[in-house]
Amino acid sequence: MTNQQSFLFDTELHLVVLTGIKVHTLVGLRAELHNVPGSSIFMHTHQDYLAHDIERGHHANDFARWVSGALREEALAEKLAAIDLLAFTSIRELRQALIDTIDEYLAVLDRPTSECRPEEAFHFCRSRSFVLPTGLVAENVDDFFRKVATISNASLYFHFFEARLRLGRQTSDFSRWLSDQGRPDLAAEIDRLNPYTRTLDELRRDIVRLGAGAEATR
Amino acid sequence: MSDHLEDYRPIVGSQVIDELLLLADRVRHRRLQHINSTAVGGGVAEILTRMVPLLRDLGIDTSWDVIKGNEAFFAVTKAFHNALHGGNESISAAMFEVFRETTRMNLDDLSSYGDVVVVHDPQPAGLIARKAEVGGHWLWRCHIDVSTPDPRVWGFLQEHVSQYDASIFSMPDFAQRLSIPQYMVPPSIDPLSDKNRDLTDSEVQAVVERFGLDPERPILTQISRFDRLKDPLGVLAAYRLVRRRHDCQLLLAGGGATDDPEGAEVLKDVQEAARDDPDVHVIELPPFSDLDINALVRGSTVVMQKSVKEGFGLTVTEALWKRKAVIGGAVGGIRLQLLNGVTGFLVHSPEGAANRVVELLGNPALREAVGNAGHEHVKDNFLTTRHIRDYLLLMLAMEHDGTDLSVLATPGARPAS
Repeated sequence: MTNQQSFLFDTELHLVVLTGIKVHTLVGLRAELHNVPGSSIFMHTHQDYLAHDIERGHHANDFARWVSGALREEALAEKLAAIDLLAFTSIRELRQALIDTIDEYLAVLDRPTSECRPEEAFHFCRSRSFVLPTGLVAENVDDFFRKVATISNASLYFHFFEARLRLGRQTSDFSRWLSDQGRPDLAAEIDRLNPYTRTLDELRRDIVRLGAGAEATR
Repeated sequence: MSDHLEDYRPIVGSQVIDELLLLADRVRHRRLQHINSTAVGGGVAEILTRMVPLLRDLGIDTSWDVIKGNEAFFAVTKAFHNALHGGNESISAAMFEVFRETTRMNLDDLSSYGDVVVVHDPQPAGLIARKAEVGGHWLWRCHIDVSTPDPRVWGFLQEHVSQYDASIFSMPDFAQRLSIPQYMVPPSIDPLSDKNRDLTDSEVQAVVERFGLDPERPILTQISRFDRLKDPLGVLAAYRLVRRRHDCQLLLAGGGATDDPEGAEVLKDVQEAARDDPDVHVIELPPFSDLDINALVRGSTVVMQKSVKEGFGLTVTEALWKRKAVIGGAVGGIRLQLLNGVTGFLVHSPEGAANRVVELLGNPALREAVGNAGHEHVKDNFLTTRHIRDYLLLMLAMEHDGTDLSVLATPGARPAS
């Protein structure tokens, strides 16, 4: 991603891998959440954020959507959708939060849960990702904000979502690099942008505005 | 149809084309070979006809070979196909032997292999026997619905499939218990093909009128093979419910009835049921009707695909691309395409379909909204360019170990992180 001076923009492209694991019940879902690879947890909680905004369901993760649509457990769906993804810096923590949410729901449920129709089974998938340099390089902070305006959604997604959670870098690549460049103020402002409440186009626009604001105040 | 990737840039956007160029740089040193069982006719040949020239345009050395087989072989593979679809087929030991014998003949016949070999569907699957000798990476691409396969035929096929480096299925529902990786690559449509390219209003109107429809009145359309699984009688029932509230016409058009005894029977039943209603148009389309189909869909007010079982449902993809409001049965790949209430509507009965049609006919703004959302959904997920990207990624995946995330550096040019 970075050296001392320049920021190298990467992009991430992925294939969907079918695990062959499918579940029809809440108990089955909970059991498999323990076993499936981390990339499966990441994919089912994050793929909506890479999608065009019109494709986002009212519950922005696959688990919540399935629990609502196939099992009709709307209260649990809301709880799963409400898990604050920004609060986690590792997939391990996120996986545990999903399991705990289901456990807490089952613990107080006073009726048996249902089984979905065979054609509505939840199929666990995982992603097989490739991170490639785009060839786009920012030489300084001003240049960085100019270039951010031109990067693809996949590139933005990688530096914001993948880098922070899947690569365990704790924060977005952008904030990390801006801190290294002696601009912790801009890094902090970017950290305050919640990527889970914006489309990628909105996120890009808001980052570019931060850069324009910083330039105007100099 | 175009052989030049740049022609797709105004349609899919520069991000998509630039990503393909970036990926192609990574795999251009590898020869890609597709092998299937027919050069013309059928969905696989249609996809390869579009994709192979575009892969070559990207600088990928791509070849396409077609296996040979006699009538007996293709009768066997047709029976296998039906059995893998879950149909009730009588499969004999002699049929397996016909398959093995044709495979042996093609193994002798085919002399040149790529670095990455993609073998499409069951017919050429046995060519994997050559892998030990010629090397390379071999992928088995399954285009058919194998969610409930006949265990005997799948067991036979699995002996071959398990020798491949990876398999590719169109939907999660088709995944099998296999020892090799299973990738999901949905099918795609070509926005520049005759079936999908833009048409002028006058071109559309001319076709609509030629088929006896009134372009001034609403048209409900289902264009699909005459097959009970596509539920044309259910569409007719829905139309009759709609007619209580709205004036409209119904178009049921499709091919495949001429050489399919069951299709001919379904067509006859539909014609019989629609006989007394001049606003119901039941049309058997000849082969090569792509431009007519394009115009008929574009001239429709609401498109239906009320299947009760479906593979992926590319007719839905084609209608969504044309910004049509689509109502589909909640089965198979239709569920991936119609995000209920957003890109279209999913239904389970003629009554459900009728309710949605009434809603859409009375609300042009809703039709426009779901039509536009459907178009964007197809643009993002089900066009040829995405299909090509997945093949390039598969070539890349074959070169790297099985880790979930590979970070690829620019050789010699990348500073340390």
